[in-house]
Amino acid sequence: MRPFTYTRAKDVAAAVTDIRANSEARFIAGGTNLLDLMKIDVMKPRHLVDITRLALDTIEETDEGGLRLGALVTNADTAYHEQVEKRYPLLSHAILAGATAQLRNKATDAGNLLQRTRCYYFYDTDTACNKREPGTGCSAISGYNRNHAILGHSEHCIATHPSDMAVGLAALDARILVTGPQGERMLPISDLHRLPGNTPEKDTNLGENEIITAIELPPQGFAQHFTYLKNRDRASYAFALVSVAAGLEIEGGVIREARIALGGVAHKPWRRPEAEAMLRGKKASRENFQPVADAYVQGAKGFEHNTFKIELARRSIVRALMTAAKIEE
Amino acid sequence: MEKNTTASVSKEKISLTINGTEQQLEVEVWTTLLDLLREHLQLTGTKKGCDQGQCGACTILLDGNRINSCLSLAVMHDGSEITTIEGLAQGDELHPVQQAFIDHDAFQCGYCTPGQICSTIGLIKEGKAKTVDDIRDLMSGNICRCGAYSNIVKVVQEALERSQQA
Repeated sequence: MRPFTYTRAKDVAAAVTDIRANSEARFIAGGTNLLDLMKIDVMKPRHLVDITRLALDTIEETDEGGLRLGALVTNADTAYHEQVEKRYPLLSHAILAGATAQLRNKATDAGNLLQRTRCYYFYDTDTACNKREPGTGCSAISGYNRNHAILGHSEHCIATHPSDMAVGLAALDARILVTGPQGERMLPISDLHRLPGNTPEKDTNLGENEIITAIELPPQGFAQHFTYLKNRDRASYAFALVSVAAGLEIEGGVIREARIALGGVAHKPWRRPEAEAMLRGKKASRENFQPVADAYVQGAKGFEHNTFKIELARRSIVRALMTAAKIEE
Repeated sequence: MEKNTTASVSKEKISLTINGTEQQLEVEVWTTLLDLLREHLQLTGTKKGCDQGQCGACTILLDGNRINSCLSLAVMHDGSEITTIEGLAQGDELHPVQQAFIDHDAFQCGYCTPGQICSTIGLIKEGKAKTVDDIRDLMSGNICRCGAYSNIVKVVQEALERSQQA
């Protein structure tokens, strides 16, 4: 690891001040992704601001009846939190589908959202990668691209976002609380991550010196009808080829609300609200789920090694919705 | 540069309680817990496998929780309690999980074993494993290249049952 300097911030304001005062600085909390990337020279910060002492490590009730997850709560403490398990089991399942127990004990909720892609070429400093070194080209487009995007990619980058938690949060319409030099703001999780376009080096829409302080879960947790379906090459500790977070609100067999977010297919969790709306007022059934699945992958384009993911996504959506609706055939 | 920022450092004095003994240490800020244990304190029972958080050979207990020491900066854990494989036995009496690894022949080369043992202790404390499938899933952060998995699962099962009786 390259040498760097270090400060330990005592509160959010000090953290924002420290990150601005040092060039090429990064926040560090769990460190499970950043230190890994620093060891192999993919990320080369010259200064780290330790934010683990900030008072952002609690889960609290919100006035609207939801939960606020402090940015520094670990993934394990979130997934196993009594209220999360009870009211947002979709989120628990999504978190526990990712990483290992050791990593989840250390990784924080905000850090999970800000982890970098696991594109093989992003990790391999001997190859071209527009995300790692803008302007060098994308090795994945014509290389081995099994875990790459089928939706929303650009000619500059076909990387996927690796987080399972983010996919669960996308289905829950979570909100991200952020503090920066200009003060606080809140953004929907759908606006946190971005598509690669011409600037794949940018994973998110956060400002340079902004820090995530919390994640808010709205009251609707879909605790009755949900599933997190993850397809991967190993039974455990592998990133998703295609994952589906599905939540349904069903009354008398009729769907009142449907949420579907896909992981492993794009640079961000993939939602299509207009396709979800197709299910409103409909009966929960395979016949009604199929057109939604078709709509979700509309415009998908695969590459040499990942075209199978288009059909996999389509079938996974139907299966996830069937599971969430508790329909057995 | 703005005024009133915290002074940047590349070395820092920290205090860690390692296997029950409080130690005052001065570390370069880029030193991982794993390198601190192995290179500075000669506690080489904790192993460096991949150094990327993938193999679990470096698993230790940090304030009672299993973590990958290779992906942890020592400086960030000032004030913490660390337990490594060296801290488990009481004198000549092995920790029950250590003894169970011997009884069940749950290793061959032994390189992953300290991590497997610390991970097992962490798993028991978490109390989330109910079935053999849970054990396999919750131990998936520890790789054994000799393939001693079937006996490792037996050890974890036995240790879990014993902890539930206790």
